[in-house]
Amino acid sequence: MSTPPAPARPARFSLAVRDSSTMLRRNLLHARRYPSMTLQLLLTPVMLLLLFVYIFGDTMSAGMGSVEGRSAYLAYLVPGILMLTIGGTTIGTAVSVAMDMTEGIIARFRTMAIHRPSVLVGHVVGSVLQCVLSVVLVGAVAVAIGFRSTDATALEWLAAFGLLALVSLSLTWIAVGMGLVSPNAEAASNNAMPLMVLPLLSSAFVPVDAMPGWFRPIAEYQPFTPAIETLRGLLLGTGIGHNGWLAVAWCVGLAVLGYFWSTSKFDAGPK
Amino acid sequence: MPASVMSTSTQGDGRPPAAVSATGLRKSYGDKTVLDGIDLHIPTGSVFALLGPNGAGKTTAVKILSTLITADAGQARVAGHDLTTQAQAVRAAIGVTGQFSAVDGLITGEENMLLMADLHHLPTHEGRRIAAELLDRFDLTEAAKKPASTYSGGMKRRLDIAMTLVGGPRVIFLDEPTTGLDPRSRHTMWQIIRELVTGGVTVFLTTQYLEEADQLADRIAVLHDGRIAAEGTAEELKRLVPGGHVRLRFTDPAAYRTAATALREATGDDDALALHLPSDGSQRELRSLLDWLDAAGIEADELTLHTPDLDDVFFALTEAAR
Repeated sequence: MSTPPAPARPARFSLAVRDSSTMLRRNLLHARRYPSMTLQLLLTPVMLLLLFVYIFGDTMSAGMGSVEGRSAYLAYLVPGILMLTIGGTTIGTAVSVAMDMTEGIIARFRTMAIHRPSVLVGHVVGSVLQCVLSVVLVGAVAVAIGFRSTDATALEWLAAFGLLALVSLSLTWIAVGMGLVSPNAEAASNNAMPLMVLPLLSSAFVPVDAMPGWFRPIAEYQPFTPAIETLRGLLLGTGIGHNGWLAVAWCVGLAVLGYFWSTSKFDAGPK
Repeated sequence: MPASVMSTSTQGDGRPPAAVSATGLRKSYGDKTVLDGIDLHIPTGSVFALLGPNGAGKTTAVKILSTLITADAGQARVAGHDLTTQAQAVRAAIGVTGQFSAVDGLITGEENMLLMADLHHLPTHEGRRIAAELLDRFDLTEAAKKPASTYSGGMKRRLDIAMTLVGGPRVIFLDEPTTGLDPRSRHTMWQIIRELVTGGVTVFLTTQYLEEADQLADRIAVLHDGRIAAEGTAEELKRLVPGGHVRLRFTDPAAYRTAATALREATGDDDALALHLPSDGSQRELRSLLDWLDAAGIEADELTLHTPDLDDVFFALTEAAR
């Protein structure tokens, strides 16, 4: 074999982009070849959506003092279900990161002159794309059963998508860290469970006002509630208030925390 | 300081520049010392075998030299670069095939190869050409479109090495490259390793098989309890243990006693009714020995020739250290 000519040393940033996109291609190949886990994680939000609309819907809407019944509750529910979809998808991310770290090829990557975090960036970008796809699929189910945005402008739609992508990004970085500290797939799935449980304890299903007093602060200030309230405001025209900034602050904070946590865990070397 | 780089990669005593050099490498996990001061000097273009039983510290040595983990103490240079301060330059010059398969099982053999080409920043057409070439060379073209997880042990190992070669590494680390392979795959792997060296690369391999070190390596170091118990060529190591001998076995005790009296320089094993005569194993010496036995009227029931091999060296060294 002829030795390939040594490529000119590219600038650090372009090296990072190039290696990250290579790693992204690898993760997308994995996801495309083995879509079962992604689809399985989609089932939970869809089931919850159908359950709460068709089985509990009348009671829930009556309990919230609505006279329009089920369709009003559907509108209330969808933003939370979309956030829950993201939470569920990122559990898949934690599991696939944990599984990937047990693979010999990760050791190989560590012995290669590549941009190190690219291994994780590939996972993150792949996961965000999966989140967006999942949100679109679950959103399509919601539209199919009658969800309509009341008065969202093009700009508000754009902001809604931006918010969903930002939440995906921040939760994914946290999920990657959870995957890195988990010795196997089962542990990763358990460790990442809060990402699916927190939306249940938010304003996704019932307003925070309807919860017991001692619990309200927890529900109100955890990351999902501001994000859900902001999305609701964008799509349905309800008041956003301070929730917009709170949501963005949570997302940026979690993304930065997750990034530094994950990269330092990964740099600490093989488990 | 380029001058100091030159002076450390070429040793002052006139030895050829080292592909790998290390002094005083130490590593311990908790209070378990795995490597207890390892010195290495591996000339460029040679095959070096680190030989030792399980748990001797072979894999730890490879992990340190391939930048996977850091040593607690000691210095090392690989391909002219310092392991701690120029790790990324070391990585650019080496290829590693670990003990456990370092292939991505979820994607195909070809995709694994193209992944390596991309990570070495080869232009697309160049990457495709090299991937196809290597797949062909390692007899994997037929299986190229199948997921690597469906490959047999030997195929996985071949893919693993093929992936290691994509970037044209100058120093290749092979950690137990034939462990777990059937005899045929093992011989294929030996052939592959021999071919690597003809291309001028340096091969650092670890093995627990003495025969493998004997077959492949220019120099062998025996690792025992975290220290190098002996180092040299296979021939040099064999000289460390008592030479070869001819073993004469008798079934009749009377014949044995007669022979023992006649052959004064032989050492006897009374229980086995066997005599050991020192011999270098040459045809000339054997013939004169047989002539002499005939003349003396001694007829053994069994004659076996024993030449010292690395097993003797290995057991001698590890016994002595115990």
